[in-house]
Amino acid sequence: LFSGAARRVGASRRKRRNPAKMPAVSKGDGMRGLAVFISDIRNCKSKEAEIKRINKELANIRSKFKGDKALDGYSKKKYVCKLLFIFLLGHDIDFGHMEAVNLLSSNKYTEKQIGYLFISVLVNSNSELIRLINNAIKNDLSSRNPTFMCLALHCIANVGSREMAEAFAGEIPRILVAGDTMDSVKQSAALCLLRLYKASPDLVLMGEWTSRVVHLLNDQHMGVVTAAISLITCLSQKNPDEFKTCVSLAVSRLSRIVSSASTDLQDYTYYFVPAPWLSCKLLRLLQCYPPPEDGAVKGRLVECLETILNKAQEPPKSKKVQHSNAKNAILFEAISLIIHYDSEPNLLVRACNQLGQFLQHRETNLRYLALESMCTLASSEFSHEAVKTHIETVINALKTERDVSVRQRAADLLYAMCDRSNAKQIVAEMLSYLETADYSIREEMVLKVAILAEKYAVDYSWYVDTILNLIRIAGDYVSEEVWYRVIQIVINRDDVQGYAAKTVFEALQAPACHENMVKVGGYILGEFGNLIAGDPRSSPLVQFNLLHSKFHLCSVPTRALLLSAYIKFINLFPETKATIQEVLRSDSQIRNSDVELQQRAVEYLKLSSIASTDVLATVLEEMPPFPERESSILAKLKKKKGPGVVPVSELEDGKREGGELNGGGDRGPDSSTPSPSADLLGLRSAAPVSAAAPSAGSLLVDVFSESGAGGPAAAVNDDGFLRFVCKNNGVLFENQLLQIGIKSEYRQNLGRMYLFYGNKTSVQFASFSTTVSYPGELQSHILTPLPPVEPLVEGGAQVQQVLNIECITDFSEAPQLNIKFRYGGALQNITLKLPVTINKFFQPTEMAATDFFQRWKQLSQPQQEAQKIFKANHGMDTEVLKAKLLGLGTALLENVDPNPENYVCAGVVQTKSQQVGVLLRLEPNAQAQMYRLTLRSSKDTVSKRLCDLLAEQF
Amino acid sequence: MINAILIFNNHGKPRLIRFYQYFAEELQQQIIRETFHLVSKRDDNVCNFLEGGSLIGGSDYKLIYRHYATLYFVFCVDSSESELGILDLIQVFVETLDKCFENVCELDLIFHMDKVHYILQEVVMGGMVLETNMNEIVAQVELQNRMEKSEGGLSAAPARAVSAVKNMNLPEMPRNINIGDLNIKVPSLSPF
Repeated sequence: LFSGAARRVGASRRKRRNPAKMPAVSKGDGMRGLAVFISDIRNCKSKEAEIKRINKELANIRSKFKGDKALDGYSKKKYVCKLLFIFLLGHDIDFGHMEAVNLLSSNKYTEKQIGYLFISVLVNSNSELIRLINNAIKNDLSSRNPTFMCLALHCIANVGSREMAEAFAGEIPRILVAGDTMDSVKQSAALCLLRLYKASPDLVLMGEWTSRVVHLLNDQHMGVVTAAISLITCLSQKNPDEFKTCVSLAVSRLSRIVSSASTDLQDYTYYFVPAPWLSCKLLRLLQCYPPPEDGAVKGRLVECLETILNKAQEPPKSKKVQHSNAKNAILFEAISLIIHYDSEPNLLVRACNQLGQFLQHRETNLRYLALESMCTLASSEFSHEAVKTHIETVINALKTERDVSVRQRAADLLYAMCDRSNAKQIVAEMLSYLETADYSIREEMVLKVAILAEKYAVDYSWYVDTILNLIRIAGDYVSEEVWYRVIQIVINRDDVQGYAAKTVFEALQAPACHENMVKVGGYILGEFGNLIAGDPRSSPLVQFNLLHSKFHLCSVPTRALLLSAYIKFINLFPETKATIQEVLRSDSQIRNSDVELQQRAVEYLKLSSIASTDVLATVLEEMPPFPERESSILAKLKKKKGPGVVPVSELEDGKREGGELNGGGDRGPDSSTPSPSADLLGLRSAAPVSAAAPSAGSLLVDVFSESGAGGPAAAVNDDGFLRFVCKNNGVLFENQLLQIGIKSEYRQNLGRMYLFYGNKTSVQFASFSTTVSYPGELQSHILTPLPPVEPLVEGGAQVQQVLNIECITDFSEAPQLNIKFRYGGALQNITLKLPVTINKFFQPTEMAATDFFQRWKQLSQPQQEAQKIFKANHGMDTEVLKAKLLGLGTALLENVDPNPENYVCAGVVQTKSQQVGVLLRLEPNAQAQMYRLTLRSSKDTVSKRLCDLLAEQF
Repeated sequence: MINAILIFNNHGKPRLIRFYQYFAEELQQQIIRETFHLVSKRDDNVCNFLEGGSLIGGSDYKLIYRHYATLYFVFCVDSSESELGILDLIQVFVETLDKCFENVCELDLIFHMDKVHYILQEVVMGGMVLETNMNEIVAQVELQNRMEKSEGGLSAAPARAVSAVKNMNLPEMPRNINIGDLNIKVPSLSPF
């Protein structure tokens, strides 16, 4: 009958030649009305006809459901099935839920089944129906009919609402470990529990069940192990200590599978590979833990890993792609585990060689995965060199792969394997790839090139060339930060200034050059044009004419920048004065409709005509060097900026420096009204960002301005201390006599804190003294010398003290400030915790989602993570949360977390001895008024301390 | 975790959609369109993994897919899953469909959407893998069939109706398409 309809989907026809054993599911059960409806739809000639037919059917079903006549189970089932089909076609289904719920209590299996299906597909966890559904589930769970139990468990696992967790979280572990539970029910129970744990971890208490759940790894039924391992992996990630016994069990299970012959596991052998899925999952589970401490277990595991690596070299047992897929799935997981342990040089090198083979494999999938794995391998000190030997292959992949996913992986790997020895080659290759790169990855490529070029620049002329090339090739994708950076570097290195001036001059000769090139050119010639003015081919006037020839093609911000360059020219080259004044005086400038341009033209014109040469020279002096910022790789990645999140320190620099350069205008360096449009130095780029700059501090003060009074002096004032975790300025302490305010600023691993002691009374304080003490070994972690303070504080007066802080290594305790004075004969003694916390030394780090998740994964060892779940204490207002997270000092990353409700942040803690990268994730649950806070960093003490501090903030 | 399983045909018509994470209906349809757009423009011999589905999950997620004749099977998974493992899982699922339906074809998926869901439920539950052993899965499905038969009694007649309908809908002559080592006859379906 069906020979004509051989629209085959699948493979494997050989086995099916024996249909006696495998009766077909489908042929005997159809619902005629459904089939007719479906073929009606299929016969519709147009979208309109289809919609018409669907609406007719919906009306029909609706009337049937509403009708007086009670529907029999079969009809309900048929209509619900039709609704599912209509839903699949993309139409909203807003009724039928009640009928589906009624089907749940049917005693016919097929009716129950379709009811559960409808609910799993169409009911979300917030539905009001949950209570009714829960009733039906409860009945089925206690029915002792395994098929019904499985249906109910499926439903819980698919909907997974909190109400369901409340109702069943106690019951399901019992079903899971009970001796008389059928295997198929156990499987379902394991995954059901996993789902509830993920949705409501606070409701699933494993305590007493832990050991029995772990021992499911030993279950005889491989299906039970398959389901249980997902549960155990998830629980281990969250509670590594409680579940660590799973390591030895997993190793022995893995060892049994790996050493079994290809037929031992019968049905679980997939194309001659024994239990590939389970092997992968076991290897993943082991990646939740550090290498086993027990020598015997470790030996056994190393043996397994070696066997897996050996098998890769054996001739395949089948030519089917499924065989090699399954085998390689295990191999790649084994390699991930080896990389995760990062402790067995021998295995690491073998892994690297194996991946090297795959780099040239004819299967695209394997090339892709090999590039991906090698990326993580490149960061291991044992294998970095071994990875580097594959550079030619990787470059070749970048050039010749037909698949953009694979090319992207190749670019990532080149970035990861780059070091001083190969930087020039890699940067050159990436640049040439950029010319043809897919649009989707250009921006990221540009950032990577810029970062590598700076990081590994030995000679800065190479760096300048690279960045200018970058602008030439992919100008549209060069973000502001990239060209700011090249200017900062040129300003700071006088050995490259002449070269830079010559190079931009040449680059500007091109008839069509990118606007970013004009910006860099204008800026650099305005500063250093004099260095090439000796050559008649680049005389001052030639330079000016060249720049001015681009003027009319540029946007307003660039024009503003060029005007500033012109006034700088007047200072550098008096002979150009007349020409330039002529330009400034023209109607198109002095009457320009853009206020910023007009103002610049007017002011510069006036300045050039009234100021003496000396004044002009002072006002338009060469830019002073930028403060050197030591930037770690992480800190550089921040150049990929998110909206509105620019590190405050940088903005302040920009403001100050911009002020100086613009000094020709009437704005002083501390001008508090930021220029509405481009700044010559432009370190603050767009208006919204610059608006955020001066207000960042005050915004936080506003947000945090709860009552400042600390009440009467407590022994140690913790309360005040905690309020300063996310802000730097404010009142630390206040009682009837004394008010202590602080202002602090931090940069890198250094900080400065101004303490203001205000005498609130009209009477003098005598013998006023302050000391800072360090509990424990704190002094070796931070250094805060405290200068002496005047012993007399007059009534109503305020004295000030400056504290310089240096963070040597990370620390948890806070230093204590002790204040003693006499007030009317009585000795006052106050001790406060100084709000110096580890987060003050954060450097915010912008990064793209890919980078974030890659780093997040790299920090997956249990001790690197600290997590807390806690109740919201201060409401859950988004803006307040954001302000707090910004105040913390990290960069708040937008568009990273798949769930927009969540917040993720990244930063680097700068200490003198090391830099500690930190990633943060805050997941609010508005319904429960709870937060889950997760911190991951390369140092366990840092994760822990930050987690403790922050848990008190929200 | 598997966040979503999408099956659609060469024209982007959904044949099965299963989300294990809540998305509003409209977004579900948008995800299907986006995924189809991403997957369908790829050649058959490029790799089976791709990133960049902006709607589901972002960059921690991958689309892992296989293309069989007229149908795409797409699994959207997070980084906790092995890519090759998921490819095998898709194969297991398809082979299971093939066993359960005997010569499974796109029409089986259309007319027996509920069955396909039930079979899938024996493989994946709440986004996690329940069972990978094909014989075990088929055994569960058979058990369901027996229960259905025992309470149904509507076996033979509708089956004939269904096959008649199936045959009615063959507007064109089959043509041969070569997939891998199998030579399978595939008529092009009229889109609906």
